[in-house]
Amino acid sequence: MQVPAPFEYERATSVEHAIGLLERLGSEARVIAGGHSLLPMMKLRLAVPEYLVDINDLEGELSYVRQADDEFRIGALTRHRHLLESDELAAAFPMFRDAEKVIADPVVRNRGTLGGSLCQADPSEDLSAVCSTLDASCVIRGPGGERVVSMHDFHRGPWETAVDDGELLIEVRIPVRPGGGSAYEKVERRAGDWAVVSAGAAVWMDGDTITEGRVGLAAVGPNTASVAGAADALRGQEASEDLYVEVGRIAAESCDPRTDQRGSAEYKRHLAAELTVRALRRSVQRATTREA
Amino acid sequence: MQVTVTVNGTEQVRDVEPRMLLVHFLRDELGLTGTHWGCDTTNCGTCVVWVDDEPVKSCTTLAAMCSGHTVRTVEDLEQDGELDPVQQGFIECHGLQCGFCTPGMLMTARALLDRNTDPTEAEIREAISGQICRCTGYATIVRSIQWAAGQSAVSAMATTNGGQA
Repeated sequence: MQVPAPFEYERATSVEHAIGLLERLGSEARVIAGGHSLLPMMKLRLAVPEYLVDINDLEGELSYVRQADDEFRIGALTRHRHLLESDELAAAFPMFRDAEKVIADPVVRNRGTLGGSLCQADPSEDLSAVCSTLDASCVIRGPGGERVVSMHDFHRGPWETAVDDGELLIEVRIPVRPGGGSAYEKVERRAGDWAVVSAGAAVWMDGDTITEGRVGLAAVGPNTASVAGAADALRGQEASEDLYVEVGRIAAESCDPRTDQRGSAEYKRHLAAELTVRALRRSVQRATTREA
Repeated sequence: MQVTVTVNGTEQVRDVEPRMLLVHFLRDELGLTGTHWGCDTTNCGTCVVWVDDEPVKSCTTLAAMCSGHTVRTVEDLEQDGELDPVQQGFIECHGLQCGFCTPGMLMTARALLDRNTDPTEAEIREAISGQICRCTGYATIVRSIQWAAGQSAVSAMATTNGGQA
């Protein structure tokens, strides 16, 4: 029987209240939202917080998908199911729906949240790769106010983020630029599992030319940061199969997969290349035809 | 800590440890053993119950998180001695052998049919993809849910036809 170690439970009634609780309780407090990453870790005693601050009652403040002028703003407590079902999000960033379809299963998606996924900072986590690929930024609120950090700075390493004690991730912002297309490709051992390897791609096109492009990988390194070399290789290039293969090669070389029960490092490197090619191909297709 | 949870329409007040999982609250505190406790790792789905009308895995939910909320378990499907169509469907189409996965399957199926009265086979398979059955190979479970969907269509027709269908 797996049961978490004892802890004290507090329920936040507002974002301000949550931040006050987190500030008062200090480094031994953890935020619980959907709980579908944290509770399994607590049951295995891999995580042993002294306090849990439950923010599930803050849906009114923290659950939304809003389109502003040049960006999408998504509340941290927005659940996977709502991200999956959001047509406006899928229209702007098709890779969100690609990824959400293969995250866990529908029952888990009823509870798990965007903010929880990013704050878990698991190197295999799909939405972290999506947000890295889309050049998202994270709004973190603390007692002293808000700060905005890029996904690059948000993830400091496995299970480690820029969110300090007394702070709460409240929103994720994704820039919208014209001519965009994106796609997410995942290989998993069975439905709903963690990725063996995932690759996300996003391109912004002017005619047949990729003005900007980004690639993000999951499960092949300490974090899901986007592949810097891929952006350089894509910038200003005509879209072509040769280009996708070249960027796939760069992605595979840049990553650092480990042999484990999900596959050998060699196999994962092969997947990183192939999934990058497929994701780029679909991104360009979507950018040029606006196919969802 | 004291928790107040409305379970199957009845308010339940209990003093529990904050670390108590919902599945143990239901089974051990309330004696509602229809909800099964399976893999304990959020994978098998036999512990699925509804929290605020949405299916969730009760092995990965704290009872404390449900305080002030409503929970519906498999015991609530039967109403006034009459089985829910999904329960009847599992009987008609042999949707279970050992029965261990059944409570979670039933609650997920009922939630699916409440949102989508005429699901395709693919939609049914997607809906139950968070549940594991080791007996049936899923074919009879899918058929059972299709049977239940058909019954809903029949009863809807009966209502619109003034019971003449």
